[in-house]
Amino acid sequence: MSAFNLHAIGAIYKFELHRFARTLLTGLFVPAITTSLYFIVFGSAIGSRMTEVNGVPYGAFIVPGLIMLSMFTESIFNASFGIYMPKWSGTIYELLSAPVSPLETVIGYVGAAATKSMIIGLVIFATAHLFVAVPIAHPVAMIGFMALIAVSFCLFGFILGIWAKSFEQLQVIPMLVIMPMTFLGGAFYSIDMLPPAWRTVTLFNPIVYLISGFRWTFFGHGDVSIAVSMACVAGMLILCLGVIFWMFRTGYRLKS
Amino acid sequence: MTSILSVRALSKQYASGHKALGSIDLDVREGEIFALLGPNGAGKTTLISIICGIVNASSGSVTVAGHDIVSGYRAARATTGLVPQELHTDAFERVIDTVRFSRGLFGKPRNDALIEKILRDLSLWDKRSARIQELSGGMKRRVMIAKALSHEPRLLFLDEPTAGVDVELRRDMWDVVRGLRDSGVTIILTTHYIEEAEEMADRVGVIRNGDLILVEEKTALMRKLGRKTLRIALSEPLAAVPAELAPWVVTLIDEGHGLEYIFDTHSEETGISQLLGRLAALGIGYKDLNTQESSLEDIFVSLVHAPRGEAA
Repeated sequence: MSAFNLHAIGAIYKFELHRFARTLLTGLFVPAITTSLYFIVFGSAIGSRMTEVNGVPYGAFIVPGLIMLSMFTESIFNASFGIYMPKWSGTIYELLSAPVSPLETVIGYVGAAATKSMIIGLVIFATAHLFVAVPIAHPVAMIGFMALIAVSFCLFGFILGIWAKSFEQLQVIPMLVIMPMTFLGGAFYSIDMLPPAWRTVTLFNPIVYLISGFRWTFFGHGDVSIAVSMACVAGMLILCLGVIFWMFRTGYRLKS
Repeated sequence: MTSILSVRALSKQYASGHKALGSIDLDVREGEIFALLGPNGAGKTTLISIICGIVNASSGSVTVAGHDIVSGYRAARATTGLVPQELHTDAFERVIDTVRFSRGLFGKPRNDALIEKILRDLSLWDKRSARIQELSGGMKRRVMIAKALSHEPRLLFLDEPTAGVDVELRRDMWDVVRGLRDSGVTIILTTHYIEEAEEMADRVGVIRNGDLILVEEKTALMRKLGRKTLRIALSEPLAAVPAELAPWVVTLIDEGHGLEYIFDTHSEETGISQLLGRLAALGIGYKDLNTQESSLEDIFVSLVHAPRGEAA
């Protein structure tokens, strides 16, 4: 056998994508319809009465935030579910007894979940294009940023899936923490619009830096500098990898 | 014969403080069927789980085909297949997909001919496109065996393979296991059906309270610990055992219509002829005699109920 179990990565990756394919209808149509609804309400009904934000029409301005909002929650849901289900159903025995390293396991599960997140992000982008013209200042950076966000949040979801002991715990973090932080993190507004005191409070929300960075790839400017945003994504990536490494090394909630 | 599995001073204490395994030493030979017997909670599943990498050992070492299960986990695990006790399956997957998945997970390239053979051997080929949730319990068990065999393991663990399986299916399962052994796979099965061990095993290990209290060739075990019971049906009932029969420790059965004498088959002198001679001398007539060999079950019950240290 080769030193690196590529067959196992492929098997896990395919298994997970197969799982997504079974729920393709809800998996892709829901984000597309949700995006359309956002555009009808925010873009057309309210947006038409709003002025431009930093020289960008409001309808286009909210596109990066919308993509991020869906990608954050979808990444966490998909990755956490992917590893939580075998734990819950008991089929994890096979993964634990297989000649698979932690790294290979993570690449398989997180890779598949991140792939799905990327597809969802692009579906939302395409849907948005039906309503408004969205310029992209830095296309390569935009795709790269999306991929980094997908991987980071899927890693975070993977941790959540290992940690969770119930379906409820699985939902708590994305619904009660990430969703509010995203709404308050400038998904639909520039934090420059806030009173100075609130702006300062908002800067403690790490999501601000992620959305700002993604918006930079579209319009060439964000609420904070792109370097700070990149550092924030890199920090999250490293933190999650560290936690996962620790979880596998100690067998946390996987092995007794 | 060489050992495919070597367990040395293996112990396990769970975080809760429960000591599941004392200090286990065990060698399993390549090509045999080894039955691990023991009551529920004795530590059978814990032992298997450690060998397969699902549970971490507290101390001790295990090698599979010469590979340490920690430092050489890839080679050790690639050699091993596991069919756990519980029916853990992916309900929505198709049978053939789940078996292919297992092969990939264990690092082997796709091999449709082999998967077809495994599915046919297990009578699953007709069900290959069925979703696992549509299958009966017995069929699900077969799917789990197919998954465990998909990467061509040399060592296969079957944890309670026939628990909750009806009699007919149990016979089928035994045939499957014998077929595997004939193809060269070493099989370690746990069971609390003594019948199963008696029927299939080459060697038997008895585990009790986390200690392996006995490992023996099955036939030797039965010979060594085998007791026979002689039952004598009397022509006339007796009210009490005559004092003259005291040396044989006989008991009165069937309300005085019979005598029972338990003897050791491998002792020099079974005492039967003397006993029958004494009966004749006392004028006690009998119309029938029969002897019965104790089963592995009797042996097992006497072992697990014996106080620690006295067993075997």
